[in-house]
Amino acid sequence: MEPKIPTRMADGSLTEMTRSEIRADLEAGVGEAVRRGKVEPLAEDELEHLLDIFASSARFTAVDIGDEVMLSFDGTGAPQFDRIGGLLLYEQCLASDSLELFHQDYSYKAVKTLVPNEQMTMRIAQERLTIPVHYGSQPDLGRYSEPDGPCPNWSTLLPELRIDEARAAQEQAMELAVEDMVHVAEALWEAGADGINFDTAGAAGDADLLATLRAVEILRARHPDMGMMVGMAAERVLGTHGELTYKGTRVAGQWPAGQQKLVEEAGATIYGPAVNVNTGRTVAWNTSRALALVKPCCAAARIPVHMNAGMGVGGVPMHTVPPIDAVSRMSKACVDILRLDGL
Amino acid sequence: MARLQMAKGMRLAAAKTYVAERLGMAERDLADCAAMQEVRGELGLGRIYEGEAPHALDPSPLEAKANISRLLDLPVNSVTRLEARRSA
Repeated sequence: MEPKIPTRMADGSLTEMTRSEIRADLEAGVGEAVRRGKVEPLAEDELEHLLDIFASSARFTAVDIGDEVMLSFDGTGAPQFDRIGGLLLYEQCLASDSLELFHQDYSYKAVKTLVPNEQMTMRIAQERLTIPVHYGSQPDLGRYSEPDGPCPNWSTLLPELRIDEARAAQEQAMELAVEDMVHVAEALWEAGADGINFDTAGAAGDADLLATLRAVEILRARHPDMGMMVGMAAERVLGTHGELTYKGTRVAGQWPAGQQKLVEEAGATIYGPAVNVNTGRTVAWNTSRALALVKPCCAAARIPVHMNAGMGVGGVPMHTVPPIDAVSRMSKACVDILRLDGL
Repeated sequence: MARLQMAKGMRLAAAKTYVAERLGMAERDLADCAAMQEVRGELGLGRIYEGEAPHALDPSPLEAKANISRLLDLPVNSVTRLEARRSA
């Protein structure tokens, strides 16, 4: 009888499977990516390597010496400390490669109202920390719709089939979001930030991502040395508007390979693909699916690719404290198969 | 390497080669904490502060970043702005 191996579900719970069952799950995950994303399947040797990673009983696994990659973050620090203390802990105790200063209300629209205080905190962070500290927040286009913002709410207009009005509302929101992102980014850059992170871009659909691309383009023209990271919200851009284009390319429906080209064209320096997990499947299934979806963009990229590998994305369990056995297996799989630049 | 990725959009392999050449060391040592603690101390790049071996005479974080900027020939925003304030 084939022995059972402890492995993880993508909700964080521990389960047991045989090596054959894990292999079948890896193949099924890739199959799902091929079917939905129209990507090439992973090669046989890549699947075998993934099987070796996931059919291990080790608590922790890691890349080979020499294969280490950069770690970037969307939000660093710890609620047990003040913000600067939390960043110091990440630098001095966790040996982070870079850090992100962020506000708990993680939205450029919200941050704009208190940006002088964020500037002051960034300035202090730059005086006390040696590793790169960027500032991060979300485009968060939904905040610009009623009742939180001034624009008509396209989420209520669309079900009523008031399509033109919904599109006009999103276009109006985009203008406001671009203005806020540029304002906050320039303020934090002026305070000494090492870069700006536009996190969870596209969360509200194609207009959300297009607003981000336009902000990046404006900032790149004004600040040639500004580091800019665009991290995505999902593996596919939702077409909540549907007709928006960036430099001739339709934004809606883009998978990681298409997203990466748009982000590069806008002038960002790091692209972060995100693939959301299915919590009803295993970490092995989710990781193989994510790798197949992201692989096409890694080879083609001219800028670094940092796979989103936090809770609920990339194959990491959707849990507030993702188990290290799952996180380390997913991370090693990303580095070994994708040969990417960071996580 | 993180600075080169963020500031220049340089991919990891190129960033490792660039930093190793600039610091005169092997690429494999870049992620070796034992080797890097020595190199960081010698070049004034900032070190992990460990209670049994304090580095009271090491450069401050901003000084360390100025050294990193010089050694890598890479502008560091906070250092550039400090120099601009000092020369104003």
